[in-house]
Amino acid sequence: MNQHEKETLLSIEDLNFSFTTQRGIVRAVRDLSINIKKGETLTLVGESGCGKSVTAHAINQLNPMPPGHVDSGKIVFNGTDLLTLKKSEIEALRGTQISMIFQEPMTALNPVFTVGSQIADVFLTHQDMTKQEAMEKAVELFRLVKIPAPERRVHSYPHQLSGGMRQRAMIAMALASPNPGLMIADEPTTALDVTIQAQILDLLQDLKQHIEMSILLITHDMGVVAEMADRVVVMYAGRKVEEADADSIFHNPHHPYTLGLLNSLPSNKKYKGARRLEAIDGTVPDLLTIGEGCPFANRCVYQTGECSRSFPKETIISESHSVWCHNYQAVKTENRQ
Amino acid sequence: MQNNQTSQEIIKDPTPLQETWYNLKKNKGAMVGMTIILIFIFMAIFAPLISPFDPLAQIIEDRKTPMFTNGHVFGTDDLGRDMLSRLIYGARISMAIGVISVGISLVFGILIGVTSAYFGGIYDKIVMRIIDIMLAFPYILLTIVIVSVLGPSLMNAMVAIGISQIPRYARVVRASVLAEKEADYVLAERALGAGNFELMFLTILPNCLSPTIVQATLGVGEAILSSAGLSFLGLGAQPPTPEWGLMIASSKEFITNAWWIVTLPGIAILLAVLGFNLFGDGLRDILDPKMRN
Amino acid sequence: MFKHILKRLSLLIPTIFGVVTLVFFMIALAPGDPARVMLGERANAEQIEQLRAELGLDKPLIQQYGLYLSRIVRLDLGKSITSGQKIASEIKERFPATIELAIWAMLFATVLGVLLGVTSAIRRNTWVDYTTMGGALVGVSMPVFWLGLVLIMIFSVWLDLLPTGGRMNIRYFFEPITNFYVIDGIIMWFKEGTPKFLVSALRHLILPTIALGTIPLAIIARTTRSSMLEVLQQDYIKTARSAGIKERRVIYRYALRNALLPVITVIGLQFGLLLSGAILTETVFSWPGIGKWIYVAIGARDYPAVQGGIIFISIFFVLINLVVDILYSVVNPKIRLQ
Repeated sequence: MNQHEKETLLSIEDLNFSFTTQRGIVRAVRDLSINIKKGETLTLVGESGCGKSVTAHAINQLNPMPPGHVDSGKIVFNGTDLLTLKKSEIEALRGTQISMIFQEPMTALNPVFTVGSQIADVFLTHQDMTKQEAMEKAVELFRLVKIPAPERRVHSYPHQLSGGMRQRAMIAMALASPNPGLMIADEPTTALDVTIQAQILDLLQDLKQHIEMSILLITHDMGVVAEMADRVVVMYAGRKVEEADADSIFHNPHHPYTLGLLNSLPSNKKYKGARRLEAIDGTVPDLLTIGEGCPFANRCVYQTGECSRSFPKETIISESHSVWCHNYQAVKTENRQ
Repeated sequence: MQNNQTSQEIIKDPTPLQETWYNLKKNKGAMVGMTIILIFIFMAIFAPLISPFDPLAQIIEDRKTPMFTNGHVFGTDDLGRDMLSRLIYGARISMAIGVISVGISLVFGILIGVTSAYFGGIYDKIVMRIIDIMLAFPYILLTIVIVSVLGPSLMNAMVAIGISQIPRYARVVRASVLAEKEADYVLAERALGAGNFELMFLTILPNCLSPTIVQATLGVGEAILSSAGLSFLGLGAQPPTPEWGLMIASSKEFITNAWWIVTLPGIAILLAVLGFNLFGDGLRDILDPKMRN
Repeated sequence: MFKHILKRLSLLIPTIFGVVTLVFFMIALAPGDPARVMLGERANAEQIEQLRAELGLDKPLIQQYGLYLSRIVRLDLGKSITSGQKIASEIKERFPATIELAIWAMLFATVLGVLLGVTSAIRRNTWVDYTTMGGALVGVSMPVFWLGLVLIMIFSVWLDLLPTGGRMNIRYFFEPITNFYVIDGIIMWFKEGTPKFLVSALRHLILPTIALGTIPLAIIARTTRSSMLEVLQQDYIKTARSAGIKERRVIYRYALRNALLPVITVIGLQFGLLLSGAILTETVFSWPGIGKWIYVAIGARDYPAVQGGIIFISIFFVLINLVVDILYSVVNPKIRLQ
């Protein structure tokens, strides 16, 4: 037990996060708990609007507050609860121990500065060095993320780079730290071509071999999950509905929503013959009017009366696999055939 | 599926006008602006009934009476005319200036904008060139040129302001017609045999009105300001017309001993223009989604 | 970038040509005879004929236009009727006064406007924001000449702190060198060892600067705020924050650089408009610049002078917009590196 705790880098405990809007209070994240161990890649999967980005942004406090606010919960990073830190202490963590890469490399880099100077600025913010040293460091990082002709490229403006190059530059910027602890990657490949996507994922895998860091990868793409994940958390409408090691998610899913996601994979042979779930039809419920029941109930073919009344308790399938579903048994039997 | 249909039948969608009004009611600035505008319109319409004095009557023994004296709530000017009555009649003139000059810009701006967007080609190119040149002119100078050509008078000032603003309206209208021109409903109407005139003014134009209305509302305020400026330069209203700008101009030497004669007409202009600006800004926030934050 | 600048330069000549043509034909095609208007009711036919010949009004319109154009190309704007002086030299004499005031007003408007706009944006929907934006709206709703008069009333008449008009204490023996009085004042300080000229020049500038700068100030503040709000929502701001860049730096370096791009265009436009607003402000403050001069010419029905003054300001307006456009392309790397 003790050994386990030592390995944990980040643990989110019973986080509730909501936004006050003109129409009412939107509960974006509900009772969410997540653990990321050192060196591990955890993927957070779900449709857009399921709260996965809000969760990620809650860690380094990038959600706009107000209107956003933490209702309850803890976010413990390396033993400290980030939610108790002062603004300046959070700023000091950002870019050193918690860094982030974003979905749109087109818009995530500042258009009026060269990419090199943006990276150098991160070094200058956190470390004592001269501008020239910082620029040299930037070149080094460009080499690390395999940008060709790095000495020249650091002087480019974002619009002069291709999408893939820009994403590499973003990754380089996230690595501008002596000891990166956690990299949060928010849909890092969504905006890229398929071939470039693969290259970026390879790069991330490759970097993990060299640098001891954990990755929190946010995606809606089960293909990316298959490529990258050690462990997977499936989210739906602000709730965690299933959590397991990557292998179990793909070969032994227990939640109807997970099944739906897997079925939406075009080239997934294993589920080709399986019954097409209508689950993925319909729409995500409005987070304003959502009740206490299972949020997936209105789209779920296995739905029973209990589902709209209460959110299910955790069911432990194995040591590394849990599901939150009233009817997981039914799901299981039907998909065993 | 069934649920969807019934719910749509029960809850009627509000008309665009209702929706605009609903949003407008929530916009405090717009409501304040509208109230100010309504007060000035009321003053303009009922000026003879609510004015305590004849705005032109000179009471020589009551010259430069301070505020709240001898029944003159806002005092009198250098010729003993009641300030409050002159200000109330001034509302009449300023509202007329707004309506007439914006009317001129609107009519010609829409005509030019719609036709040049609709027909395109060389006609459009030439028209837009001329408009670019007119916009390259600081428009106060343009009005000065026009008035000095037409001769100084209030009517000519209104015409000049109207003409000098045509390019702006033409631009706004043209841009929105261009955006609507190829829409499906236009093509459908065309396929049904609608003529050019019908397509331009009955089919397309009603769908391009939002930005034009916003521009016109803000334009009224600007017209009032420009007219005051022209009168100040002696190019607009002529004495003894109780035009606010002229009232300021003809009393500027009294700032040393009768502050109210200069100050009050300026406050009247400020309030009227502020009203139209507040209302126009509110309308823009609601009607022009691009400007929304 | 050079392509862009060339393209803009190539548009310059047709625009100036168009402006000159517009002014010429509007005055030429006007009902009524300028010569008669200029000479007034009591003039006899002979005098009118003489003035018509002098102004070239007896020639066919096209020929008049050709003559006018050829004179403009030689920078000859004709002679003023009232003073008999060359209009070009009258303008040259008065231009520094106008430009000096315009530059101060623009500096005032830009510095304060950007500061207020940024503050409003980062304190969005607080009382700071509401006050600033309310003030800005009042600013654009005010007649400039009235604001000038009220300022004179308060600061000159009531408080007796600042002069009511002019550029320099008339009791000082002062011979302008560059005609930019602040610069002249500094030079005199070195030459005569007294800062009194500089102080007087600055004191005379304060009220006209505020009056003339208020509208641009309001517009710049509003533009900066909305531009800043838009930029603060951009992903790259989130990136900068996620990299731990300090909030002050995020706002004043990462966001402001981007937010200022549209503001630059507005500043240029306002600077041009300022020159036309100068007609009103200079009249109020007896400021001996082009604006006051045009005002006097309007009163005296000195058509050649009005025409010349307006053409001059218009061309200057076009030139400023060109300079600003080029400046914009230099500041914006997306255009610069094309």
